[in-house]
Amino acid sequence: MREIHASEIAKVVKSLCIEANLYLGEDVLAAFDRAEKMEESPVGKEVFEQLKENARIAREEQVAICQDTGLAVVFVELGQEVHIFGGDFNAAINEGVKQGYQEGYLRKSACHCFSRANTRDNTPAVIHVEMVPGDKVKITVAPKGGGSENMSMVTMLSPSDGIEGIKNRVVEWVKQAGSNPCPPIVVGVGIGGTFEQTALIAKKALLRTLGEKNPDPKLAALEEELLTRINNLGIGPQGLGGRFTALAVHVEMIPCHIASFPMAVNINCHAHRHKEAVI
Amino acid sequence: MSATIRLKTPLSDSDVEKLKAGDKVLLTGVIYTGRDAAHKRLFDLLKEGKPLPVDLKGQVIYYVGPAPAKPGQAIGSAGPTTSGRMDAFSPKLMEIGLKGMIGKGMRKKEVIEAMKKYKAVYFAATGGAGALLAKAIKKAEVVAYEDLGPEAVSRLEVEDFPVIVVNDTEGNDLYQQGMQQYAR
Repeated sequence: MREIHASEIAKVVKSLCIEANLYLGEDVLAAFDRAEKMEESPVGKEVFEQLKENARIAREEQVAICQDTGLAVVFVELGQEVHIFGGDFNAAINEGVKQGYQEGYLRKSACHCFSRANTRDNTPAVIHVEMVPGDKVKITVAPKGGGSENMSMVTMLSPSDGIEGIKNRVVEWVKQAGSNPCPPIVVGVGIGGTFEQTALIAKKALLRTLGEKNPDPKLAALEEELLTRINNLGIGPQGLGGRFTALAVHVEMIPCHIASFPMAVNINCHAHRHKEAVI
Repeated sequence: MSATIRLKTPLSDSDVEKLKAGDKVLLTGVIYTGRDAAHKRLFDLLKEGKPLPVDLKGQVIYYVGPAPAKPGQAIGSAGPTTSGRMDAFSPKLMEIGLKGMIGKGMRKKEVIEAMKKYKAVYFAATGGAGALLAKAIKKAEVVAYEDLGPEAVSRLEVEDFPVIVVNDTEGNDLYQQGMQQYAR
């Protein structure tokens, strides 16, 4: 049994919150470069220039890429041979979020649903824990902005809707979202499971390295077709018209009930942020 | 695509009537921040017939909840938030003289109609480019609702703040036009 002190968890979460919000991933920057070259709209090209410049300023001056530094969504893969001691595990994650958002000059965006009173420290974090073999703890922090999260959807299709039903719902959904989720976007699609699982795998699909295909060739082909259809909508960077509405579509699928065909869409804006660490 | 227009705030009817959807504009002068919670409070004051903490006649509201400023910075990252959430309140604010709104994302038909009726425009700033946009903000000072934290109303002094006209006083919509032009 490996022992890990709760304060170590807090320390790692704190730095991941800061890193995720300040440093845009190399995969995203490379996608900007590719898209900027291929974008036909002059305004769209300018948007990519601005986004690259924005990422440079954020990195060099150590400021948030986007003012919406999100709710802190924390995925934990907890090795079953690990014993966390010296404190409450969830409290340690929240402590890390609190310190990271305070010391990193990140915006605190958590509030009471009715009064809208800000909790002032960006807690509570959204924590997803999965038990895995081994004696390591993998922590991923994925700050989630409100604008793109508001454009999420879960629906229970009928099995008879088939794969065409999935395609049409995803494309229609992205079309009605239009300029709201800050295109160019990354589209996470969850298929199967139950109501809550399908939403969770749609969100987890966003953690994949940008543009990396699903290993299942059928799902990889679905990703490709959805990306083409979404980019044919013409919404373009920032919704101002152009070729690049989405940078990638990531699909994840798990088995579902014989009566069901659940699906979910979770969208990330171009500030496609997540950072991970293994303890 | 037209050339870039430099404009000083506050804005007059004739300033905004000259602007057309697709125009690139650099704004200089004072603008005010305001998003969800602040709009609700302003709207409630108007409903009760009470004065607003800021005179909005001729002014521009920027839908933004900035990140905290680091020492030496005027403001933290400060990009636009989704404007649609302010749709319920915007026509009333235009009625009392608001001339410009800066945000990102689509507006409802009623808001676009109100822009025609009261002579106002809707600008988009690049969403998610908060670090870049903060460079054009030279000074920031909370003038109302400090308790709202990032949602407080601040007076911003901006220089060449880059925006693009999405909805003009004639009812044009750059989002519709842009999408039609590039749809396949």
